[in-house]
This record gives sequence, C-alpha cells and structure tokens, in this order.
Amino acid sequence: MSTRNYSLFYGGFKALNRISIQIPSNRITAFIGPSGCGKSSFLRSFNRMNDLIPGVTTEGEVCIDGRNVADEDVVQLRKKVGMVFQRPNPFPKSVFENVAYGPKLHGVKNRSDLAVVVEKSLKRAALWDEVKDDLHKSGMSLSGGQQQRLCIARAIAVEPEVILMDEPASALDPVATLKIEELMNELKANYTIAIVTHNMQQAARVSDYTAFMLTDENRAGNLIEFGTTKQIFTTPSDTRTEDYITGRFG
Amino acid sequence: MTREIFNKELREVKDKLFQVTGDVRRNLKLSVRYLEKRDMTGAKMIVESDEIINLKVLEIEDLCLSIIATQQPVASDLRLLFSILQISTEIERIGDYAKGIARISLKIGSESLIKPLIDIPGMEQLAGQMLSDAITAFIEDNAVAAESISRRDARIDAMYNQVHRELLTFVMEKRSNINQTIMLDWIAHNLERVGDRVTNICERIIFTVTGNSVDLN
Repeated sequence: MSTRNYSLFYGGFKALNRISIQIPSNRITAFIGPSGCGKSSFLRSFNRMNDLIPGVTTEGEVCIDGRNVADEDVVQLRKKVGMVFQRPNPFPKSVFENVAYGPKLHGVKNRSDLAVVVEKSLKRAALWDEVKDDLHKSGMSLSGGQQQRLCIARAIAVEPEVILMDEPASALDPVATLKIEELMNELKANYTIAIVTHNMQQAARVSDYTAFMLTDENRAGNLIEFGTTKQIFTTPSDTRTEDYITGRFG
Repeated sequence: MTREIFNKELREVKDKLFQVTGDVRRNLKLSVRYLEKRDMTGAKMIVESDEIINLKVLEIEDLCLSIIATQQPVASDLRLLFSILQISTEIERIGDYAKGIARISLKIGSESLIKPLIDIPGMEQLAGQMLSDAITAFIEDNAVAAESISRRDARIDAMYNQVHRELLTFVMEKRSNINQTIMLDWIAHNLERVGDRVTNICERIIFTVTGNSVDLN
C-alpha cells in the first residue's frame, strides 16, 4: 500500500500536501498527529471514502497492490480495504446478519457457506466464544467492546487485504481497548493494518511503524516523519516529531 | 509549555543525581586523604556514610519509576530517564569504591605506609575531576564534553600500571611488604575502576543527547 505525491483538496482548501509513503504489508502502521492534521482524511483515501464528500479532489496516486485506487471499482476496492470506525456501528440486525452482510453482498448465498464465514470471522475477531450461543440476538445488544469486535468481524468477513482503523478504541474502556489491541496484533499476520489514533501510547503499544503528520503554515497536512515505532518513540529524527510526542506542543 | 509538572519532576530527579554525585565525589577524595593521614575515625565515617548514598540512589530510582509510570515519557525524555537510572547505578558503584578504599585503610590500621603516596592521590584527583566534569556535562546535555572527558581515562590507566609496577618492586625488595602492597594495589585498582565508571557515564551522556550507543571503554 503506498501513496505518491498525494494531495487532497476540500474545494479550494488543500487538506493533504504531497504525501508519499510506502506502508509495509502485514504490519500495523499508526498515524499520529494533532487534530486537523489530515490523518483521517489520509486514511479514508485508501478506500475512497472521501469520494462521498462533495467538492473533494485529489492529485497524485494512492496504490494498493501497485494499482491506483482511483481506477478500481469502488465496491471491489472496499471489499479489499475494510474499515473500522471510532464508534462501533453495527447494523440493527442480528450478530449473524451483521457478519454475513458483506459476503452476501458479494454473492455468497448458501446459508451453510455463510455460517462458515460468520464463524471464521467471529473467531478471528475474538468474539466467537462470547456470542456463539445466540447468534441471532441483535448486534446492538452487545457491549461497546463487543460491538467494535463485531465490526471488525464484519470487516474481515469479506476477506480484505487491508483494514483501516480510525480511532477504533477511543470510545472503549481500558479492558475493551486492550482486547482490540491484542486482536490487532493477531490480525496483522493476515492483514495490513493502518490505524489513526490520538492515543500516543496506543500507537507505541500496537504499531510496528509510525507516521507523524502535521499541518504546515497553510493548514495542509504533511507527512513529517515515518519510521519504525521504536525509532519514532526513542530517537525521532525531526524535532517537530520529538516536540509532539513528548508533549511540548499539540 | 504544556508539561509543567513533568518538567518539574525531571528537574527534581536531575538535582538529586547532581547532589548524590557531590556526596560520592567528596567520599572519594576523603577516602584517599584519610588513607594518607592514617585517620581511622574518618575512614569509619566514609564506610558508614555509604549507606546514605545508597538510600539516595534508591530515592532516584524510585522517582524515575514514578515518572515513567505516570508520565509515560518517550524520545529524549525516555532516554534521559533511562540514562539517569544507569548513571545513578554507576555513581552508587563509585561510592562503593570510596567505601572500599576506606575499608582497606582500616585494614592497614596503625601500620605506617611502606611509601609516601604520590600516584594514588594523583589518580584520585584525576578520577574525581572526571566525575565532576561528567555530571556537569550531563546536566548541560554536552555530548562533545562527555567524549573529551572519557579520553582522560587513559591517563588514569597509565598511572595504575605505574603504581602496580612500583608496588611490585616493593615486594621484591622486602617480602614483609606483601600485605600492604596488595592493599595499596587494591586501592589503585579501585581508582582505576572509577575512571571506567565515569567513562560509562560519558557513554550515557552521548546516548541521552544523540540517541547513539557508543563504546568509549
């Protein structure tokens, strides 16, 4: 997954400025930076979620598997690139239907095939043991942490290559947060994960690589530094990264 | 500034490190002076005061752990605290060398020394100055000074070799000198180790400032 000289505009306002990055496969990459630096906009560029916003235009390239996402069919792209949001957003349907929704959309009709996918996805999302006795209860009736894992199960049910996570644990308590973080660590064997987080300690705990973003004098988001998480959190090479992660500003 | 409490805590822990280094520096100087003067009361005082130094070092460790737990430091802050923990251990060991010298002094007891001490006080002065300068470089984040201070260790090593050779001639001269010769050699060796410990401190200073781990020994 990569971008090259990627810029994004909301109408006449440049929100992202010529970002080039190579995100390693099967690793967790965290995007950190102060509010408004464009982290979420950048994350949403990988599955073209920004297309939904009127007036958005882009320059440069966003590529997955070497192919520009702009040239892909958006339904197929979002099958390849799953997303988990800040607040868990299960459909007002049963646990089973929540997970089966994506595979059904992509043509899996047979009930027993769907059952296999649902079980596999819930197991991968570390939720199976907690819901297996009643897959037909509403997804909305689960706890916040369980709902978020349900959303992760829903995302991985369509066998994506990439999972984008936008503040996936910010609405969860510390125990539920820890479960999500452990889950991410297990998922990276099969998926490339990119996460936006305001919680720097979370970035340090869960990610293999960290990208620091910051706005310039025109309020456009720039990629300031990208490196292994160990390097960023022990010996950042840019003083702006150092100042931000040590709390000297932001 | 958005981190007043954190900065205050960092200042406090640095101050404590600076103070305990002063205590150790004084003990080192006095341990050799009491040896020269054959002052048993003074030597006993050095041995006893080492306990206070150890407690002060434990206090620094405790403060560092508390800062790490509550402030979750990263980058240069993390390197600084990690270095303070390591430097405080080096300081504590240097304190042990001063105590060791005082203990040997007590063992020699009322015997008069087989020779007037020249190089041993010289070694103490060099090593003690290295220690004071190193801790100043640490407080001032001066990696260049740290590198330069560490180079003085070669002079201490050379002096130790000289003392060692000289003491051997005393043994050859008179077998009854053996006991005190071994003890004086032990003292010189303690001072030689102080130079090594200060060199380790210099390595930590360079790490704190630049993030690079270097081997100066």
